Amino acid sequence: MANPMRIRAEIRDGLTEVRLLIPHPMESGQRKDENGAPIPAHFITALEIFHRERLVFGAEFGPSVSANPFLRFRFAGAVAGDRLVARWQDNRGDSRRDEATVAAAKR
Amino acid sequence: MDRRTLLQAGGGVGVLGLLAAAGVISPELALAANGRAGFDARELDAALAALGAQDAEAGAALSLSAPDIAEVASAVSIEVVSRVPGTDRIAILVAKNPFPLAAVFSFPEGTQPEVSTRLKMAESAEVIALARAGGRFYMAKKAVSVTIGGCG
Repeated sequence: MANPMRIRAEIRDGLTEVRLLIPHPMESGQRKDENGAPIPAHFITALEIFHRERLVFGAEFGPSVSANPFLRFRFAGAVAGDRLVARWQDNRGDSRRDEATVAAAKR
Repeated sequence: MDRRTLLQAGGGVGVLGLLAAAGVISPELALAANGRAGFDARELDAALAALGAQDAEAGAALSLSAPDIAEVASAVSIEVVSRVPGTDRIAILVAKNPFPLAAVFSFPEGTQPEVSTRLKMAESAEVIALARAGGRFYMAKKAVSVTIGGCG
């Protein structure tokens, strides 16, 4: 089972800023191990973020996205205390779902 | 049947929707299927064509921020901001990577058409951002030098 995503969501200037860090090797399939054998591709292919069951952000990835992908985006309509749901799926069919709570703006 | 075959066969939602109903995958992620167009292309032009973006226009309303010189080629910070009204999708490509199309982002109404992420670069190359608005594509480019060979 993959490790949980780190999700920070904070209201800033009337929008919710979301920062995600997703633990995942994102192996490109181009590298070789110490014996010269190819390391199989293993990367996230799809990611989605929902707020109140509505999609607010979608992503498709290829193998060029860095290991432990980082993302930042902003959306409208959330208030402090709202829940976000994030899901990803990779090319091996593994997936993970995590939740986060929208925080109030920092003073 | 592999996943790509599934996505192509179903045009995305259809077959995946069935899988979701069967509990094989989550219902939410079934919506993620934009078809993965362009991700299997090994040349930039082929990736642009697969996205339907071969005639993308350059425009100042799309900005792409990336370093001139990337010291860590395995994690190059990229930010794309579109000020083209109606932008619903942004794609980022790295011209000389083995698979140039790195990511495609979807922006439902209410989400700002902007994204920051980190990409691998196999060698010094142009990074290309595309924004789709009203069915048309807009393009911005930035040359990025990598000082040490990255991992493809």
